[in-house]
Amino acid sequence: MTYVDTRDRGGAAQPMLIARSLQRHFHVKDAVVRAVDGVSFTLYKGETLGVVGESGCGKSTLARLLLHLVVPDKGELIFDGDTVGEAINTADLRRQVQMVFQDSYSSLNPRMPVQDSVAFGPMVQGRKKSEARSIAQDILIKVGLRPDLFGPRYPHELSGGQKQRVNIARALAVGPRMVILDEAVSALDKSVEAQVLNLLRQLKRTLNLTYLFISHDLNVVRYISDRVLVMYLGQVVELGPAAEVFAGARHPYTQALLGSRLSMDASRRIESPPLVGDPPSPINPPSGCRFRTRCPHAEDVCAAKMPALEHWEDRASHVAACHMTTAGSGHSLAGTV
Amino acid sequence: MSEQAILPVDAAPEVEVEGAPATRVRSYWQSVLYRLRHDWITMVFGAIVLAIILIAIAAPLIAPFDPYQQSIIGRLKPFGWRGHPWGTDELGRDMMSRLIYGGRISLLMGLAPVLVATIIGGALGVIGGFAGRIVNTAIMRTMDVFYAFPSVLLAVAISGAMGGGVFTGIISLSLVFIPAMCRIAETATAQIKILDYIEAARASGAGTLTIVRHHVLGNVLGPVFIYASSLVSVSILLASGLSFLGLGVQPPEPDWGLMLSTLRQSLYVDPLGCAMPGVAIFVTSICFNLVSDGVRSAMDVRE
Repeated sequence: MTYVDTRDRGGAAQPMLIARSLQRHFHVKDAVVRAVDGVSFTLYKGETLGVVGESGCGKSTLARLLLHLVVPDKGELIFDGDTVGEAINTADLRRQVQMVFQDSYSSLNPRMPVQDSVAFGPMVQGRKKSEARSIAQDILIKVGLRPDLFGPRYPHELSGGQKQRVNIARALAVGPRMVILDEAVSALDKSVEAQVLNLLRQLKRTLNLTYLFISHDLNVVRYISDRVLVMYLGQVVELGPAAEVFAGARHPYTQALLGSRLSMDASRRIESPPLVGDPPSPINPPSGCRFRTRCPHAEDVCAAKMPALEHWEDRASHVAACHMTTAGSGHSLAGTV
Repeated sequence: MSEQAILPVDAAPEVEVEGAPATRVRSYWQSVLYRLRHDWITMVFGAIVLAIILIAIAAPLIAPFDPYQQSIIGRLKPFGWRGHPWGTDELGRDMMSRLIYGGRISLLMGLAPVLVATIIGGALGVIGGFAGRIVNTAIMRTMDVFYAFPSVLLAVAISGAMGGGVFTGIISLSLVFIPAMCRIAETATAQIKILDYIEAARASGAGTLTIVRHHVLGNVLGPVFIYASSLVSVSILLASGLSFLGLGVQPPEPDWGLMLSTLRQSLYVDPLGCAMPGVAIFVTSICFNLVSDGVRSAMDVRE
């Protein structure tokens, strides 16, 4: 394909997005909720990075930070070589990065025909009404909805899968290069989910997109992602190529997450969940390693020192923030994992 | 999950198995109208309301006599006396003509304050609900101060302070309705503000004004309209009350509340004539109430 995006500044080697030590704390009365606490990662052009973690681990806040829908307290966001807030402003960022929301019920205006919802983005970005309309028609075809049938309909006249297709169309209507999918298929039936996932893969290829795919469903993430980022209590605990992470998870939390999946093979099913209880409150997280309260291998060093996720900028690497992965950390099992 | 064949999306637009493609797409307001048309109670009372309004508008054409024409000899005469279909009042003026003309002011006092309150209170509520934080607190706490007074007392106090008359009556009633209207709009806006489509609109680069215009107003309109329609009858009653107390319409203007006030001295001489303005107030306000109820149920559809 000889297609060249004129907006591409750094070329293929320049990552689409670099997040450095992103932090966002919410002040609730006297307490501080550490929703996202020093998250760093690199998103390369054309890849799909899956973000997994339990509910409340900061996945959705992270997504909103990347679009500056929630402004970070600290940290840096570099989009295609430009620092957001300096070389590129929020409005430009939102022309190139879009988001698909989870809840297809509340993510569409109930009083607006879906074609107007899709045309809204191009319109506020300065397109004429007729132009925006024709963009909306094209995009609706691309997501597999006939514009003449579905365009004039209202959200309550659509099924969940159709609504999610409209949501995808709305995000794509602006012509983004990167799309954040926040639990985009989580609310759908399995069969519809598969259709929408295939649609997403196909759109990514034809429109040259980069995805940040947020989900709690490990199977879905494995299916769609090139690399996987695992979050726990607002921090990254493991980051690596999807195949490697799924085949040989290094962080005990990732291992437990993978172990909690239902196996198709009945003989391999386990009787007790590998992980019990809820994650600790992000208001007052445990000292040192945040996972230590639920970790079967926790030792004194885990409470004393927070394990670091080193070399995260190296694409080939598969890293985990665990003392057991670092030789000489003081953990009795150091170097064995 | 195994690798699946990619669906040829471009080639084959989605064909839905459940639910054939809708041949006719009804907008929200069209469906509200549809439901209203099939609700005969609302339709009947709506027709009565319409008739009352039309009669008031066309008063000079319909009224058989001049509503100000007095007669010393023809006071408090019964129905049908010398061509006066509903008799005469305590100054010998034709009862029917005064009731017909009285509807003009009573309806004006019923509708104008609600309209003013809807616009001002609704705008304040949307601003407060969408801005949040300090702006919201400032607006809503101010409204709470007004809320602390009973509505009748507040209307009487404001009218009393500003002097009587139709105009001050409308202003005082508007002030009474603004806080409640503001609260309705504020609640509706605050509920919408947190929904994903607002965030999606912001993500596509829309500014606050654009979002409010395209995504908030249309959704706030429903609850505000329902509440406004129920306020009309309250407003008519309150306006009549003000006139009865001498704070609203001044004599010799024909107004239902004022007529009730001046005729009450003749209660024992002409009870039927005395009751006429009361009946007019009652019929009008109950018709407005029933129509408002019908509109509410037609609009209250979970989607």
